[in-house]
Amino acid sequence: MTAQVITVTSGKGGVGKTTAVANLATALAADGKRVVCIDGDIGLRNLDVIMGLENRIVYDIVDVIEGRCKLKQAMIRDKHYPSMYLIPAAQTRDKNAVSPSDMVRICNDLRPDTDFIIIDSPAGIERGFRNSIAAADRVLVVTNPEVSAVRDADRVVGILEAEEKGSPALIINRLNPVLVKNNDMLSAEDVLDLLGIQLIGIVPEDESVIIGSNRGAPVVTDTKSRAGQAFRNIAKRLQGHDVPFMELEQQNALWSAFQRLTGRK
Amino acid sequence: MFNFFKRKQSATSAKERLQLVLVHDRTDLTPAQLEALKDDLLKAISKYIDIDPDAVQLALERDGRSQRLVADIPLRGVSRHRAG
Ligand SMILES: Nc1ncnc2c1ncn2[C@@H]1O[C@H](COP(=O)(O)OP(=O)(O)OP(=O)(O)O)[C@@H](O)[C@H]1O
Ligand SMILES: [Mg+2]
Repeated sequence: MTAQVITVTSGKGGVGKTTAVANLATALAADGKRVVCIDGDIGLRNLDVIMGLENRIVYDIVDVIEGRCKLKQAMIRDKHYPSMYLIPAAQTRDKNAVSPSDMVRICNDLRPDTDFIIIDSPAGIERGFRNSIAAADRVLVVTNPEVSAVRDADRVVGILEAEEKGSPALIINRLNPVLVKNNDMLSAEDVLDLLGIQLIGIVPEDESVIIGSNRGAPVVTDTKSRAGQAFRNIAKRLQGHDVPFMELEQQNALWSAFQRLTGRK
Repeated sequence: MFNFFKRKQSATSAKERLQLVLVHDRTDLTPAQLEALKDDLLKAISKYIDIDPDAVQLALERDGRSQRLVADIPLRGVSRHRAG
């Protein structure tokens, strides 16, 4: 079996891409999968701190591309999950140090011994985004239930379709069920209807996400966290399991929208 | 039911506004350009048939991820034609 390359992107910044990558990777590793995360945000590296691996970095992805080290040397093994690795972004270089074909080559080198390669894309629709989607088998678009995030997500979905990357799957992050109930936040159903793509998960607003990042321990490892549960469910869906949606996700109309969208593919 | 007289809640206006914005983003057509298109279309059609320009409706609609331009153009029947 060769790896599945999954890119997490968004359009608007700060919606939770890095959080999603760290959590999905950790959940997949906890399920025994071999996972390599790649930080595609050259110049603004973040995945290392969110995963708690910032002190272990010796080489980064640009060192690999420019031949200063072997690919294996830039792969940092996780402290808790030995089947999970991080390839960090370069912090002091600009995005042009990496090209889309570099990303394809690195992913191809990783594929034989890996189950999932998860790429953290930078926000926006420029070079770093192009690099990050170049090797993707599957793209996950993260958005918040909020006007500017949804609008920018729609732009990215349009670009992905134009690039024939297939229809991406949507993660709605930071949903606040109380606001939705009061009709003061777009519901998951609204966002799905607006974007017209398939849904892969809804992650509630949850302060344990911030506590997890403070510690460098993604929230999926916290069994009591609702956001953690949501990310664990998405990780199962990535593995092809049919996981029912959590209570906060269960609005009847949403269910039918979900089924309609996934059924249509 | 009890919410009936309350102010329109913000999620509803967020959705309505996004519906419009996305349709124009996706088609790369501004509301002003759509108006101009409507004028041109009416001129062209009026050369052949008698229509009521004020009753014409032209809108961009979404269907999943695709857009369509929907025109509703009532024709002025001969019998109802208001003779000058
Ligand atoms: N479900 C959530 N509940 C609460 N806070 C969250 C949630 N998801 C993300 N956050 C917080 O939102 C902030 C931005 O998250 P993150 O860095 O993952 O976004 P990003 O999309 O990677 O940003 P950038 O575009 O800058 O790379 C962080 O402080 C994170 O802790
Ligand atoms: Mg990030």
